[in-house]
Amino acid sequence: MLSRIAESLFWIGRYVERADGTARILDVHLERLNHLPMDERKSVAQELLAVMGARPQSDDFGLPELLHALAYDKTSATSIAGSLGAARENARRARETVSSGLWESLNTTYYGLSQHRKDVVGTYRFCNWTLERTAMVSGLADTTVSHDESWLFLVLGRSLERADMTARMLSTRDVLSAGMSWVNMLRCAGAYESFLRTRRAAFGDQHAAEFLLLDRLFPRSIVYALRDADECLAKLDPSAQRVGFINDARRIVGQARTFLEFHRTDDLMSELPEHMERVQKAVSQASDAISRKYFNQADELAWVGEVS
Amino acid sequence: MGMSDLFQDYSEAAGRTGAYDEMFAPGQQARPSYEQVADALRKLSLADVSARADSMARTFLDRGVTFDFAGEERPFPLDIVPRVIPAAEWDVMERGVAQRVRALEAFLNDVYDKMTVVSDGVIPRQLVTTSAHFHRQVHGFEPAGGVRVHISGIDVVRDAAGTFRVLEDNVRVPSGVSYVLENRRAMAKGLPEAFGQQLIRPVEEYPRRLLSALRKTAPSGVDDPTVVVLTPGVFNSAYFEHTLLAGLMGVELVEGRDLICRGNRVYMRTTAGEQRVDVIYKRIDDDFLDPLQFRADSMLGCPGLVNAARAGGVTIANAVGNGVADDKLVYSYVPDLIRYYLSEEPIIANVDTFRLEEKEAREYTLDNLAELVVKPVDGSGGKGLVIGPDASNDELDALRQRIIADPRGWIAQPVLQLSTVPTLSGDKFGPRHVDLRPFAVNDGDNVWVLPGGLTRVALKEGSLIVNSSQGGGSKDTWVLADSPQMPVESVPRQSISVRERVSVWPVESNWRDRQSEQQQ
Repeated sequence: MLSRIAESLFWIGRYVERADGTARILDVHLERLNHLPMDERKSVAQELLAVMGARPQSDDFGLPELLHALAYDKTSATSIAGSLGAARENARRARETVSSGLWESLNTTYYGLSQHRKDVVGTYRFCNWTLERTAMVSGLADTTVSHDESWLFLVLGRSLERADMTARMLSTRDVLSAGMSWVNMLRCAGAYESFLRTRRAAFGDQHAAEFLLLDRLFPRSIVYALRDADECLAKLDPSAQRVGFINDARRIVGQARTFLEFHRTDDLMSELPEHMERVQKAVSQASDAISRKYFNQADELAWVGEVS
Repeated sequence: MGMSDLFQDYSEAAGRTGAYDEMFAPGQQARPSYEQVADALRKLSLADVSARADSMARTFLDRGVTFDFAGEERPFPLDIVPRVIPAAEWDVMERGVAQRVRALEAFLNDVYDKMTVVSDGVIPRQLVTTSAHFHRQVHGFEPAGGVRVHISGIDVVRDAAGTFRVLEDNVRVPSGVSYVLENRRAMAKGLPEAFGQQLIRPVEEYPRRLLSALRKTAPSGVDDPTVVVLTPGVFNSAYFEHTLLAGLMGVELVEGRDLICRGNRVYMRTTAGEQRVDVIYKRIDDDFLDPLQFRADSMLGCPGLVNAARAGGVTIANAVGNGVADDKLVYSYVPDLIRYYLSEEPIIANVDTFRLEEKEAREYTLDNLAELVVKPVDGSGGKGLVIGPDASNDELDALRQRIIADPRGWIAQPVLQLSTVPTLSGDKFGPRHVDLRPFAVNDGDNVWVLPGGLTRVALKEGSLIVNSSQGGGSKDTWVLADSPQMPVESVPRQSISVRERVSVWPVESNWRDRQSEQQQ
């Protein structure tokens, strides 16, 4: 398939997942932020923004600015609106390849972006709406696109972004350490009920972090997402080698996954910041490597595809 | 529009009820505990309030937070104004509820054993043995784990002076805690402004507390007990609550047909074969629990459960036979039971109650039916209750006949003007009567009272009936913490300790990708 189309699909996968993850994080943290005294809200809002990979444009950055930056700012690839806009733009450029169901759901989502009240209470509904829309987009992608190369690129983007987003969810724990309970951390990832069913009476920070980082069966855990990405990469480049990997992306993803999966620790919580940083770095390096290998047109990018 | 409009005429309406208003002191001065809430509401217009109320109702429907009414799933209406209880008042409540639970626990142990309470002349034998829920089937054994009242919901109201009084005890299958959990989640999003700066104690730990109490009271010798929630099924009015609690505890929700008893042990049928069950959180009435002991036509229970419990093979929570403590005539003796078993004075008083088997009380009641509330002794959920001032003459006559025919079956109480809290009604807030059901969990060593509880509100003006089946709604109940040391919803942020930098990953250069190596 055309590199250009492959790249679009890869970024549709990433952006839709990014909107989903950002909505989850914002929804839960907004609740916490509201419980903080006024003077602390600002610093926490700025820290949260930093975890999401952006910098405040001015010092006067509080709750309304955070809502704009993470939810409504169409010009920023960090925000929900920006991500969904970029996903739709990518789909528009690959319209002949993606199914009409996928295209229409992205397009409808795009036009729905501005129909929300932008206050705190409205943002809760906006986040909910985002989760519904992204679930619909993913569902249509899975059921109306042939599971060929094009779908593999989409899932590859989605899996990498998912690992990155879960890492950010876990990192936000540090930002709001006192107010952020592990219950909310799990709710963030939609993992609360799944966690409870697997853990019986074992609750607490450590177990929750372990679940989101290492669980082999929960689809939003980092290990699971990296395994998905790994499998996509293997299918995209099935050439079997006797020794090693030529494919950089596979090496990076595989090393990160296996390190986490086989790592043994007594104190996961103190290591967590490093794990999160390394996972995010691995995702961005893998994404670069994929671009180089499959898309190879870094010089003439005309759209927001490279903002990660 | 501001608060003045939404609260227009509130004082007058509150004055007319003759009740204690929890938010405003006379003169529409917000009480200290309500200042935050009043502030938040003052900044909202009617359009804001209605939009939020709608959104909260829709969320409840979406999430399936419903109760079953006449075969229909209805959302349980949640009002936007929370009910706030200051720390000092809650302290009394907490101690009072725990005291009552300990007394009832002792009473149940006693009536199913030696009945010293009868031989010591505290309560008549006949009263105990004629109670519809005194079950001889469970006489003479101590339940595995040693606890009978694992979960209780003691209904409390405030009288016209603002004093808390216990209205009834629920130590069989108290329901409603799911709404406490869901209300808090909805309010955090519905009225976020009121949460800031205020120390509200969290309710989310309830399922964990419950699970740990259930596990702790498992039959002895079981290391890692399996807990299940036993539901009558999807048609039960509290089915939502059963699913929520099972989900939040991470345990199986079973129906009677999923269980089998063999050799005085209980098993559930799973895809991996039969699995032993150690603790059953029973959400089904005793009468339907075990067709071998109770109603033989019951399809909801499982034959053999009572014998398994008697043999110590399974813990049933709450214990079978607890209903005798819910009997409203026994209720009238609870202050005496507290003195008898605990040698303490009751911390929360009862509502004055007429025992109709006593001649003078009966005659007074029959003469003054129109001014009294009359309740059947074994009813719950407001079933069969008659409020004198609201009843027609025909209804009162019928009631009079029934009392004369069966004085054991009824009690009478003065009409209490339950306290009021502002509640959204149409385009403004009006005073509506509320009660409170605090929930307590007893693990055998300690009675923990959930800081909060279910506040039910009669949505109809002037109505004193708060039951969901009769037009009641609910309010989120906020218990304030008096010190930031207590766990609260809004913990002031502690500075993040700078952790020592731990490094466990391979050094970076080991997995730098090829291109960057080439560039170097």
